[in-house]
Amino acid sequence: MFEILRKSLTTGVVTSAYPQTPAAVSSRARGRPEIDFANWKDARAATAACPTNAIACADEGGMRTVTLDLGKCAFCGLCAEADAQIRMTNVCELAAKRREHLITKAKYEINSGGAHQKFLSPEPSAINLPAASLDSLGAQLKERIKKVLGRSLHIREVDAGSCNGCEIEIVGLNSPVYDVERFGIHFVASPRHADMLLVTGPVSRNMEMALRKTYDATPDPRVVVAVGACGCGGGIFGVNYASLGGVDNVIPVDVYIPGCPPNPHALIHGILTAVGRMTAK
Amino acid sequence: MNILSSLKPILADLTERFGPRIQAVHHARPNEVYFHAQMELVPGFCAQLYKKWNARLVSLFADDARSQDKTFHVYYVFALDSAHGFFILRIPVPAERPLFTSLTNALPAANWQEREIQDLFGLELEGHPNPRRCALHDDWPEVFPLRKDFDLKTVLPPFQGERHKFRQVEGEGVFQVPVGPVHAGIIEPGHFLFSVAGEPVLYLQIRLFYTHKGTEKLFENMPVTHGVQLAESISGDSSFAHATAFCHAVERVTRTEAPPRARALRTVCLELERLYNHVADIGAIATDVAFVVANSHAMRLKERVLRLNEQLTGNRLLRGMACLGGVRRDWDAEDLQAITRFVAELRPEFDSLVDLIRESSSTRDRLETTGLLKPEIARDLGVVGIAGRASGIDRDLRRDFPHAGYDRVTFTVPVYREGDVLRRMQVRIDEVRQSFSIIEQVLAALPEGPTRVTVPALPANEVALGYVEGWRGEIFHWIRTGGGNRLARCKIKDPSLQNWPALSEAILGNIVPDFPVVNKSFNLSYSGTDR
Repeated sequence: MFEILRKSLTTGVVTSAYPQTPAAVSSRARGRPEIDFANWKDARAATAACPTNAIACADEGGMRTVTLDLGKCAFCGLCAEADAQIRMTNVCELAAKRREHLITKAKYEINSGGAHQKFLSPEPSAINLPAASLDSLGAQLKERIKKVLGRSLHIREVDAGSCNGCEIEIVGLNSPVYDVERFGIHFVASPRHADMLLVTGPVSRNMEMALRKTYDATPDPRVVVAVGACGCGGGIFGVNYASLGGVDNVIPVDVYIPGCPPNPHALIHGILTAVGRMTAK
Repeated sequence: MNILSSLKPILADLTERFGPRIQAVHHARPNEVYFHAQMELVPGFCAQLYKKWNARLVSLFADDARSQDKTFHVYYVFALDSAHGFFILRIPVPAERPLFTSLTNALPAANWQEREIQDLFGLELEGHPNPRRCALHDDWPEVFPLRKDFDLKTVLPPFQGERHKFRQVEGEGVFQVPVGPVHAGIIEPGHFLFSVAGEPVLYLQIRLFYTHKGTEKLFENMPVTHGVQLAESISGDSSFAHATAFCHAVERVTRTEAPPRARALRTVCLELERLYNHVADIGAIATDVAFVVANSHAMRLKERVLRLNEQLTGNRLLRGMACLGGVRRDWDAEDLQAITRFVAELRPEFDSLVDLIRESSSTRDRLETTGLLKPEIARDLGVVGIAGRASGIDRDLRRDFPHAGYDRVTFTVPVYREGDVLRRMQVRIDEVRQSFSIIEQVLAALPEGPTRVTVPALPANEVALGYVEGWRGEIFHWIRTGGGNRLARCKIKDPSLQNWPALSEAILGNIVPDFPVVNKSFNLSYSGTDR
């Protein structure tokens, strides 16, 4: 008993102050890919390298539309290996309230060889929240939770078919390092006790009914957060005979957290974003 | 191709005993020999290997070869651990009479794998004691997804919700406790039906495959290079081990070998994966007997490993590091120093965590004799990995089939005979200490040179077995190549599939509240099983 106490005291506080402090992510971590759209010569190499179709080309009548979908991106970095115009950043806080906010499109005129001749329009998406607003988001959170949810946010995690990678990081939210209890956030055992469903996917055919039933069992007001490349857009599995793809193909989703898997900072960022959504309802 | 000399007496014995009934012998690689025969040979061949040569069946799967051979094939992969080789028996199953003989009565280890073949290929089992559906749930229409004439993108009618007919357990005071598929904790989906009388469990039925997402079919429908990323998503906690097993299979089929430095880096990554999972499991076992402080420390240490992973590979789960022909990133002096520092700091921290748990007599009291898996049952079920080693099964591919850089390090394989939760935890504790030592040995003699070689295009219609000892147990990826640099089949064998039935045995006679800790002591992957 004394030993337990001694160890706790000598260990001290290990809990991160995030979001008051920036995400403690290695400079080598692979986060959002950055594409130099204006100088991009040819999107086809990156498209072929991408295992999840997060980068896709559609050619029509001498024009090409390139789509970068962070909701599908597994942040593997293969596109950056194939194409010097792409750089992997370590930006991991990518949660968005609308699926289309994760999608960036660019239009090009192409030449007869299929390379880009002229950059037409950037169409940048309104990607998530600027990092600066995160502090205030954290500060607002306590107020909102107090008001809407009686000082606490109860989350039910639902694995609707994931590979368990997302679960490893979600479990980490309860570790002393991330400790989401400091926000008044608890993981609960039943959807009936929950305000939020944190859903990982892709939704397998065998889990579709269980997910629907879990959603129905969650009392209003409820928030659904889709987690990971598979939860947001089906990931590498996509839609097939056994997989229904992203969570929003089955139940409505309020916030999307990209990543493969999203790290605990990205998850906290997404959950806080989602609670902001709650008062907007 | 020459085969290992240790395999020659076994090969001679089989050819002498079965003579012309073995129609062909194909030496694919020095430690991988294929035998072609008819179905009637299977029981005798299997018995001879088991009884005389102490072999074990490590994988059993089917392949639709109708387009070129006009038949299905069923493959039986036997590991000859002490002779360090694999003997693989291939038998045809004619398309017009799709029946094959079950081995389950003699060899319970084959149970789930045989039923999976029946579900996914429509090859009907003869003589199976429980031929109910397993991989596809009861509401699935009559489709056989792994046949080549079934399209990956087939749209099936929505789930109709037909109930699974669980076995009924009846008697005075007996009642059923259904759990899942959505569980109370942050874990994967599966359904457990406990039949209990009072608190003790009389019978446990496990229904899985909720996360079946067409993974094996998907391998056949993507470029082989993308297969590495898909392999990383078979079971997230074994991302690197699965990806490496896949790379190993492709490298063997293309007759390439990852350079020595790449093999060394793979070894370190495999051990880092073992470390974070073992440490997390030790903490989780403590939590399940209400010793939460120990778990807090364990999670703190796990986070240290994940952050090191991120620095070394760009991803906390080591994703994006594996690639065909080696690894994608070399480590510089700074990285290597970080690893050395990490081992130096974590080792005493880990020892202190173990002391904390060991000194808690109430924890030991809850773990000892809980969830017993007897060595005889473990052997019959073919239990592998940590669960096997806690029940007297002295097997470890790192020692018996050295892959990556394991031929250049020395380590011991911890084995216990008691088979309880305490020993499954003890195996992990011992292995964590071995991991530290393995990492140090690799770094002390790190080869110089490239970390990646180019892998040529796949030869058409060849087969290869890739293997890795993941943290949970042995992982096999068997591939057959098609044309056009694609795979015609990728069979994934996760250790979880083999070990799940053992959980039903280990829980018998235990009280329901001990199920979480017994389950955690096995910590099996649902996704790895369901694929």
